[in-house]
Amino acid sequence: MTQAQTMERPGQTVGGVEKVLEIEDLKTHFFTRDGVVRAVDGVSYHVLKGETLGVVGESGCGKSVTALSVLRLIAKPGRIVQGKIKISGRNLLELSEEEMRSIRGNDISMIFQEPMTSLNPVLTLGRQIAETIMLHQGLSKKDAWDKSVEMLKLVRIPEAERRVHEYPFQMSGGMRQRVMIAMALSCNPKVLLADEPTTALDVTIQAQILHLMLELKEKLGTAIVLITHDLGVVAETCQRIVVMYAGKKVEEATADELFERPLHPYTVGLMKSIPRLDRAATTEHPGRLMEIPGMVPSLKNMPPGCAFAPRCSFATERCRREVPAFEMKASGHYSACFNSDKVAEIYHG
Amino acid sequence: MTATTPAIIDIIEPPKPLSRIVYEFARRNPTVIFGSSLLLGMVIIAIFAPLFAPGDPLALAPARRLRPPQEAYWFGTDMFGRDVYTRTIYGARISLIVGISVSALSTIVGLFIGLLSGYVRIIDAIIMRIMDGLMAIPGILLAIAMMALTKASVENVIIAITIPEIPRVVRLVRGVVLQIREQPYIEAAQSIGTRFHRVLLKHILPNVMAPIIVQATYICAAAVLIEAGLSFLGAGTPPNIPSWGNIMAEGRTFFQIAFWIILFPGLFLSVTVLAINLLGDGLRDALDPRLARRM
Amino acid sequence: MYAYLIRRILATIPVMAVVAVFVFSLLFLSPGDPAAIIAGDLATADDIARIRERLGLNEPFLVQFGKWTFNLMQGDLGVSIFSNLPVSKLMLQRLEPTLMLTTTTLIIAICAAVPMGVIAAWKAGTIIDRGVMLFAVLGFSFPSFVLGYLLIYGFAIKLEVLPVQGYTSISKGFGPFLNNIILPSMTLGMVQAALIARMTRTSVLEVLAEDYIRTAHSKGLATSKVLIGHALKNAAVPIVTIIGISFALLIGGAIITESVFAIPGLGRLTVDAILRRDYPIIQGVILVFSGAYVLVNLAVDIIYTFLDPRIRY
Repeated sequence: MTQAQTMERPGQTVGGVEKVLEIEDLKTHFFTRDGVVRAVDGVSYHVLKGETLGVVGESGCGKSVTALSVLRLIAKPGRIVQGKIKISGRNLLELSEEEMRSIRGNDISMIFQEPMTSLNPVLTLGRQIAETIMLHQGLSKKDAWDKSVEMLKLVRIPEAERRVHEYPFQMSGGMRQRVMIAMALSCNPKVLLADEPTTALDVTIQAQILHLMLELKEKLGTAIVLITHDLGVVAETCQRIVVMYAGKKVEEATADELFERPLHPYTVGLMKSIPRLDRAATTEHPGRLMEIPGMVPSLKNMPPGCAFAPRCSFATERCRREVPAFEMKASGHYSACFNSDKVAEIYHG
Repeated sequence: MTATTPAIIDIIEPPKPLSRIVYEFARRNPTVIFGSSLLLGMVIIAIFAPLFAPGDPLALAPARRLRPPQEAYWFGTDMFGRDVYTRTIYGARISLIVGISVSALSTIVGLFIGLLSGYVRIIDAIIMRIMDGLMAIPGILLAIAMMALTKASVENVIIAITIPEIPRVVRLVRGVVLQIREQPYIEAAQSIGTRFHRVLLKHILPNVMAPIIVQATYICAAAVLIEAGLSFLGAGTPPNIPSWGNIMAEGRTFFQIAFWIILFPGLFLSVTVLAINLLGDGLRDALDPRLARRM
Repeated sequence: MYAYLIRRILATIPVMAVVAVFVFSLLFLSPGDPAAIIAGDLATADDIARIRERLGLNEPFLVQFGKWTFNLMQGDLGVSIFSNLPVSKLMLQRLEPTLMLTTTTLIIAICAAVPMGVIAAWKAGTIIDRGVMLFAVLGFSFPSFVLGYLLIYGFAIKLEVLPVQGYTSISKGFGPFLNNIILPSMTLGMVQAALIARMTRTSVLEVLAEDYIRTAHSKGLATSKVLIGHALKNAAVPIVTIIGISFALLIGGAIITESVFAIPGLGRLTVDAILRRDYPIIQGVILVFSGAYVLVNLAVDIIYTFLDPRIRY
């Protein structure tokens, strides 16, 4: 029930390119003592083969929970209550735990925000990488270790033959994230879920890691879901972008389209909060960062209308009453806002 | 200004009645309630022993030796015809006196030495070496050695059990003091000239209290066990006093034919220790959630 | 790593020194005349004088301590008041049963408790977890002499499957040895197992919340591999520490357990010495047991270096 069968049932295609990962109407809720937290509430997105998809939102918007749901690693009291997660056409939510294990680290890998704590401190790097390879590719211990060295070289760790016997604490944060990437890519996954992979790193290192990921994506043909709160990061790296707010998708478009013509006030808010040198001096945009007023609403008691309405300068009575549908506003450009036209108008000023 | 006032009122909840507070505490900490009820029962038995067991725990009656448990002698009789039930009831007194005295004494002495050690750098090294040495001696052995050199009496048993327990308290207190000393607010208090004893009273002691209460409970349980153990080995409470350890020691020779002599004091002992341990666990969870997660 | 090891080894010296000084000073610190107490109520003045002479109580404290330490360095633990035999010889005769009992107990306790603790942590909050925790608190509350008699009553007297008491040397065959040692080991191991199970649960539970456990799951590892290969190895340091610290309890418990099961070991030697107030023997037993405790904890320090590479480098 692995490779062969997956090949027979390819995923849907878009413009001749296969959808490697499809999330359909995913709902992941946490059943806490104080009530149900709807961390992910009806999210759908897909990634094409070899594509880089950006998933953007503030912390707590459900972007990480979505990724963990894909791997079915949601711990109690959390539960995936609805939806489909398809990898090459197979719905992961229908697999047994054992079948699911053969997917994790093999078809889908994940790298996490905290390279300092995401590697096991008492095991050598080689052991941690080789473990995955032995598990999924059935290589002997020696071959798996050789492959580990190869992977370390691939992520440009100097003196890989020596480093493979070292422990995480002997490496810097950037190096550890390289190791995480090496581990995640060691079985040639179809999709790499990168959850804030550069957030914890120094700015200079961030760029190196991003470039490394993109380069390896080209080399290995892995699709990447880049989860971040930083629009600057996705601008440089992604073909398409999904913006999430309070457990829901609020906007989706190609990167160029989104930055050119954002259609949701939240996206506009995010953009204005990025420091940009090229805009600092113009009169149109005063040299000052904007912030989005207010806070992300508690996912336990959501307002009846649009979740963003309390913080939105465009909000009308209707916004507070009715949830706006997520619909196509222009070709390939979707948004969940009643006032998309106004937003576009004002943004272009 | 007027607009913000209602919001503030919202935050302050109306004061809860005491019964409500007690009820909620009990609901959240069932082990505390269970443990303390058991323990309370044992304390009542100890205090009112003559009411529960009107007989004389020392009365010999050779004619009714080694009787199994029956209506007249609930827990049977021992080899001298003494009523095991009466002796067991009176035994609760010794165990609880020793347990409470040891935990109080070792806590007070340990608190004092621990504060000293945590506060005075020069003697800290010396004190801690001595404590390390003391902790290397198994507690019951140290108590045995001390009992071998003194006359058997309840007071001496208490002292012999207290001394090995002191280092545990010292370490705990010193650890907390050292930790708190590093806190910025203590440095701030000292830098503006707050007197030492004020810092001690206002900051250190309140922080030490929660862990020390929990520790005192565990020491009490350990003391009850060690007293019984010492008496069982013949190095504890004088044999003429009916303590659980003594009753069991006397029953040893006959346990194949008169099992009850050992069984009943043993069960009382176990239940008492269990009650104190449950109380300790519950108090730990209630007083220090951070500690509870670690233990 | 060598610096660490040397530091740990050197640290045992002051500990043993304090133990020696303390054990020796007890004779002088105790209220009343120790010679009179050791001699007992029926002793004559002559008896007391003889014992005082024997213990060297007539000489100045420092001279006595000097002599005693000098002898101790050469392995001379003094002479028994009762039998006039060297304490070291008496102890050596009784060493095997105690060594076997404590070793068997530790093996049984660790093998039972660590899996229990791991499973409890994995199934935290479930009925299995509660069961393990209940076992832990019960095991910690049942004194070994109560448990010992309950086991004897059940297995030896009622079921008649195991011998009531006694000890058979392992040199007489493993079967008979095991037959005799199993009940005492279970008795003595209960507290140990309770402590270890509890510490394992806490430690593993804490580790399971770490990011690298999520990483291990995300690689597709089976739960058992995550628990043993990743979680337990990280949780091992506190577990090994509690095993070292609880060694003191094990020794104390061994004295009582030997007495319950009539095992002719060091514990029995101690109990006989108590009854005869043979202080040199008690002194010798304390020194040897404390030394064993210090060595076990030194071994624990060395094991740390295998468990945690951060200590090794």
